Amino acid sequence: DPLRAAPGALSGTGLTPTPFQDATHYNNFYEFGLEKTDPAERSGDFHPRPWTVRVEGLVARPRTYDIDALLARPLEERLYRMRCVEAWSMVIPWIGFALADLLKEVEPLGSAKYVAFESVLRPAEMPGQDSMLHVLDWPYAEGLRLDEAMHPLTILAVGLYGRTLPNQNGAPVRLVVPWKYGFKGIKSIVRIRLTETRPRTAWNDRAPDEYGFYANVNPAVDHPRWSQATERPIGARGGFFGAARQPTLPFNGYAEQVAGLYAGMDLRRNF
Amino acid sequence: MARRLSPGLIRAALYVAGLMPASVAFAMGATGRLGADPVNAFLRMLGLWALRFLILSLCVTPLREIAGINLLRYRRALGLLAFWYALFHLTAYVGLDQGFDFPVLLADVEKRPFVILGMVAFLVLAGLAATSNRWSIRRLGPRWRALHRWVYPAACCAAIHFILSFKVLRPETLAYALAVALLLAWRVLPAGMRRRAALSR
Repeated sequence: DPLRAAPGALSGTGLTPTPFQDATHYNNFYEFGLEKTDPAERSGDFHPRPWTVRVEGLVARPRTYDIDALLARPLEERLYRMRCVEAWSMVIPWIGFALADLLKEVEPLGSAKYVAFESVLRPAEMPGQDSMLHVLDWPYAEGLRLDEAMHPLTILAVGLYGRTLPNQNGAPVRLVVPWKYGFKGIKSIVRIRLTETRPRTAWNDRAPDEYGFYANVNPAVDHPRWSQATERPIGARGGFFGAARQPTLPFNGYAEQVAGLYAGMDLRRNF
Repeated sequence: MARRLSPGLIRAALYVAGLMPASVAFAMGATGRLGADPVNAFLRMLGLWALRFLILSLCVTPLREIAGINLLRYRRALGLLAFWYALFHLTAYVGLDQGFDFPVLLADVEKRPFVILGMVAFLVLAGLAATSNRWSIRRLGPRWRALHRWVYPAACCAAIHFILSFKVLRPETLAYALAVALLLAWRVLPAGMRRRAALSR
């Protein structure tokens, strides 16, 4: 469905969006399968409506939001870089709202230190969750420190490229944290829980030495099996010779806005 | 009809057909028809075909012993195709993917088991390809057989390299690794057991 929103103040400038076809047909969404083409091909039976998002935990006013209420909020477009941990990247015009606005409405308690996110569990509609291969502990889980979650760049996206989120991109609502690797951007969210202790996260559970809790884009800290110094831009026309690798930027190019969140931290250890 | 085809002709056909996947994929990739991430897709298909030909070459001995089908005269072609695909795979990685950035490449080889395994497999295949000619066979004599047993560790390295190239264990990577494991297990079976397995067919 069409979904219109004007570019917000934090939308990127000077970035060329990845072609819509590639951004919606080259996806990692293991709930639908392991291949990049699986999410687009195998998400046809997924029902993103009716849908609610429960926000609870260490908050004064726990609430359940209906997806229509989320879509009715003031929305803005954010053109963001997206860097996958597999060393490829895209530029995507998301439509959404600051997660901070939602969190303020539920009034986090002083004891809340982290925000835990949980995806929907629907093996009947998500063939990857029904698979014999136990690739991840379903449902998918992610987490942020509360200050990361409250950062104005962190958004809940309900659309992209002027339309509501396609199933394969995490319909009907997903997280987008542009300075972190893509796997932090948990899709099809049903629960947001504020906690005092660091929540479990799906990829960190799977391989803690390869996927850290922070997962900040960092060209200086390699994945054990490949370098993170450069990235392949997806969807450049011209095939092999279309676009060369480009350098990966610290915090994916958002260092100016977010580096302060990690002042004094050893980013090699807290990768 | 099939009887009249000479082994030489079949070998030539094998090379032509064997190099077809690489040629088609290269043409598609060079003209922007290999999907959203063409270099990665090309790299992966080349590596996969290298492993496929390596496995096919390892099938020749058990196939003869178990089923009595003798494809020995095509084994060198299968092994050489594995080598060529490994070379294309490495070249695509160094050139198309990494843009000949040798400092980064050297650092990769130095510290990543994933890359080291791939390099070891390639170097072994290169050595075997270089000694696959009649002259080397004559010259090396009995040492030739011993030398060419290095294909076994090379296949192990290639299979593990394939497993590690994905974030998670996948059915297809496990299937290839299992094929390699079974083919190598056949080699370590005592000769008596191999003969019994062959007779029971």
